[in-house]
Amino acid sequence: MSESPSLEIHPDLVRRILIDFLRTEITRAGFSRAVVGLSGGIDSALACYLVDEALGPENVLAVRMPYQTSSPDSLEHAALVIGQTGVRELTVPITPMAEPFLAAIPADQAVRRGNVFARLRMIVLYDRSAEFGGLVVGTGNKTEILLGYTTLYGDSACALNPLGDLYKTQIRQLARAVSVPEGTVAKPPSADLWAGQTDEGELGFTYERVDQLLLLLVDGRHSPESCVEAGFDRAFVQAVLERIRRNQFKRLQPPIAKLSNRTVGYDFLYLRDWGT
Amino acid sequence: MNRLPLALAQFNTRLGDVDANLDRHLSYAEQARRQGAELLVFPELSLTGYALMDLAVSVARRPHADDPTFRPLLQASKSIDLLVGFVEAEQRHRFYISSAYLSRGEIVHVHRKVYLPTYGLFDEGRFFAWGDAVRAFDTRFGRMGVLICEDFWHASPPYLLWLDGADVLLFASASPGRGLSREPRLETARWVEQINQAYASLFTSFIVHVNRTGFEDGLNFWGGSTVFDPDGALLARAPYHEEALTLVELDLEQLHRTRARLPLLRDERTALMSRELARILRRDPGSPTLGD
Repeated sequence: MSESPSLEIHPDLVRRILIDFLRTEITRAGFSRAVVGLSGGIDSALACYLVDEALGPENVLAVRMPYQTSSPDSLEHAALVIGQTGVRELTVPITPMAEPFLAAIPADQAVRRGNVFARLRMIVLYDRSAEFGGLVVGTGNKTEILLGYTTLYGDSACALNPLGDLYKTQIRQLARAVSVPEGTVAKPPSADLWAGQTDEGELGFTYERVDQLLLLLVDGRHSPESCVEAGFDRAFVQAVLERIRRNQFKRLQPPIAKLSNRTVGYDFLYLRDWGT
Repeated sequence: MNRLPLALAQFNTRLGDVDANLDRHLSYAEQARRQGAELLVFPELSLTGYALMDLAVSVARRPHADDPTFRPLLQASKSIDLLVGFVEAEQRHRFYISSAYLSRGEIVHVHRKVYLPTYGLFDEGRFFAWGDAVRAFDTRFGRMGVLICEDFWHASPPYLLWLDGADVLLFASASPGRGLSREPRLETARWVEQINQAYASLFTSFIVHVNRTGFEDGLNFWGGSTVFDPDGALLARAPYHEEALTLVELDLEQLHRTRARLPLLRDERTALMSRELARILRRDPGSPTLGD
């Protein structure tokens, strides 16, 4: 009989694979350095620890990009990570860049404003990565990728992503194992786009619960009906499925209209690691 | 000869760069020879890398003494037998995932992968032709058989090699690791080791498995090459997730001792098997039609 699916991981194994992944894939692309946007949250803290282990602290640039309403806790938590790892650091406030955009966006349109922050941070990261000579390491996890809880060309933009196949619940296990400060691991996850915002408040469910459901639906290939039988509320299952479907566009390159006999994305097929 | 000093080379290939991978082969061959090995086994597609996609046709080679890639390998095989993985181009421009056994400057045997996984993360059937033979062959160490990765996820190819006289089965893999649990190894690693141990036990034979390491984009290859003896005992295991040249000596007399105790080969009822298989494959109305 097969064991019931579990979100439990063996942190040392995952850590080993991810550190090798970062080192191998960054160096074979011709780089030895990396840039991480450090928000003060668990995902970017974990990414920073991993890339520090992979490349050494002198080869990692952690960039803090606060907006004026960002929580002071975020900056402090990011400072703790920088202090513990010894990576290079840079703080680039985005308030002066954001203000002209925000002047044209009504205050109640939180999503538009949030997207502006996320995309400005992407611009800063990519600009600094050119200066530093390092690749941008992504910090998106499997839960937010599946739910589409991310800004296209914003926080999802990166050269490579070590965390995208780990659910938030698994991120927490790995973060504790690599000694990410407990204050960062235990606090409620937040995009920190406005005061008091939390992911779980905005999504309307906890990561722990939705990760269990995603594990059944996505990894276990269970039918929605069998998830309901397993104890999940029917409306919750439907809402999550709909979120996954609706956000597929964020997970793919934009479709190219096929006209010729050989088209990028359809029948011109090579890995990024081509020739390396 | 009763002892086979064997070496397993698990390493990270350069994707589509045959010359660079050839250099690794030659240096491993030299290193293994210096350490006393007489047979060196490389993983699947060891000369090319695994996820080739549209690169497949441009890295294909003909296993022949005139081929610039095979010439130095055949030269090296004068001092140590080699099993190398490559993309084989045949006369009519079909491309196979193949492994070639080289010995004393000759190509002794070429196996073309007979099961091309085309599901989940795999897309081999899109780019490669299906091999259609499973044959054992004679070496200076006795009769052997070669299978490539998905070939041995099916029970029939190892079984056929066993009946065809192979006592040492060489399995070459490029196995992308996947499946997390609380265990300190990936589910793929657990599964592959279980079946290899089962084959060694069921066929009272040596099972040599060599799996590559490294990454291709986000795919990790987990290494962990193993050798099981005819009792199903683990003789060697290379480290997970890192390059290694692993040496192990096979005591071929173990075949005698194990089969004297456990005559599974002697008692295998091949005629019964053949008769029942023929009956099952007969397309009676209402019976399931099985693939060929």
